[in-house]
Amino acid sequence: MALLELRNLHKAFNGQTVLDGIDLQVQQGEIVVVLGPSGSGKSTMLRCINYLETPDKGTITISDQSVDAESAGKKEILALRRKTSFVFQNYALFKNKTALGNITEALTTVHGIPEQKARKKAMTILEDVGLADRHDAWPSALSGGQQQRVGIGRAMALDANLMLFDEPTSALDPEKVHEVLDLMKKLARQKRTMMVVTHEIPFAREVADRIIFIDGGKIVEMGTPEEILDNPQDPRTRDFLRQVL
Amino acid sequence: MTELDLSFATDLLLQLVGVLPVTLGMSFLAMALALVLAIFFAIVQIFRIPGLNGFTQLYISFFRGTPLLVQLFLFYYGLPQMFPSMTAISAFQATILGLGLHFAAYMAELIRGAILGVDRSQMEAALSVGMDRLTAMRRIILPQAARIAVPGLMNSFIDLLKSTSLAFTLGVAEIMAKTQLEAASSFRFLESYLVLALVYWVVIMIMTWGQKYTERRLEEAY
Repeated sequence: MALLELRNLHKAFNGQTVLDGIDLQVQQGEIVVVLGPSGSGKSTMLRCINYLETPDKGTITISDQSVDAESAGKKEILALRRKTSFVFQNYALFKNKTALGNITEALTTVHGIPEQKARKKAMTILEDVGLADRHDAWPSALSGGQQQRVGIGRAMALDANLMLFDEPTSALDPEKVHEVLDLMKKLARQKRTMMVVTHEIPFAREVADRIIFIDGGKIVEMGTPEEILDNPQDPRTRDFLRQVL
Repeated sequence: MTELDLSFATDLLLQLVGVLPVTLGMSFLAMALALVLAIFFAIVQIFRIPGLNGFTQLYISFFRGTPLLVQLFLFYYGLPQMFPSMTAISAFQATILGLGLHFAAYMAELIRGAILGVDRSQMEAALSVGMDRLTAMRRIILPQAARIAVPGLMNSFIDLLKSTSLAFTLGVAEIMAKTQLEAASSFRFLESYLVLALVYWVVIMIMTWGQKYTERRLEEAY
């Protein structure tokens, strides 16, 4: 059984169709990279999976939790959301919390883990992301790359079934991109289930089990990195790859 | 022109310092009441909680649209005629209630603005780690809104503290009432009201220092 299943997902903003019937299955431990031109709906799809955007129609299932957009209740949505973690393009660290506090926050308030234990876990994660020495720094004192590593650490701490990455390197200075990608590769090696919206083609080639190409709110094509990147079938995929490569 | 009577002034000053706890007590209690209500009304408006939202709008409209003194008279003299149980309310309590309800209306708008001033991504991030909206408000949004709201809230508090002087019309023995009494019996109006003005001024200066300290602490993270 798939870990994530999207069925016939639709979303429109002010009458403009953004998702036009997405069907997708993601297996446990799979790393899926989502490519597509800007405005293609790839970020919206990711944000619908954890209900940061409310889909208009369709169902989302993550392991045993299923939510139908047309009859979704608050509790179901919360339960679905807690099966995911999310890494934002603009990091979105809690500005009123230190690096450590950003990671412990959900552990104590959502999962009821005692403060001491949460701090210990958070310190281990900060070591993983290479920022143990900056544990008491405010987000405003960290560089973009450091903030995003804390952002990934915050997501890691949740031990969610599915990690969602929404263009995690797009806001970074070019020389900071690799530190974030390196960390994501490390996560990939741990066989966490990840969905990554990105424009980093070399990363997709190296890490992805499967690449999905989205355009006009539809999945145009999907396959292994070799299939999609070296031998794209659809003209839209070829156009896109010509422009970014 | 007569000379200022310094010994009278010092004497009055000492008396006023003795009565100051009444003024401060009313101020802090009314402010606490106003803050709790204001946060509540702000959240009701932001989440557009059905039923409560309409009531909140009406509430804010009424308390901003009528004079504070009229509201105080209404609470202390008016309502007990309709609800006999309210005759038990003291002038001190009526003032706290009146000031609290009145300033809550202004502060609700201020806090609402401050909450809306917190970047949208902060709420999204809080939801993404599995918080419900109320927890996100309490843990992430309100602490950040506080930083935006403090200067405005301090203005409201200063206004509220000075408005406690209206309590003398209900018969509360606070510093304004005390001064009036002394002035009327001694005919030393100039000294009396100068000393009274000075007391308000010094108290508010001390508050302002406290504000600077609080603002510096809230700025640490930014």
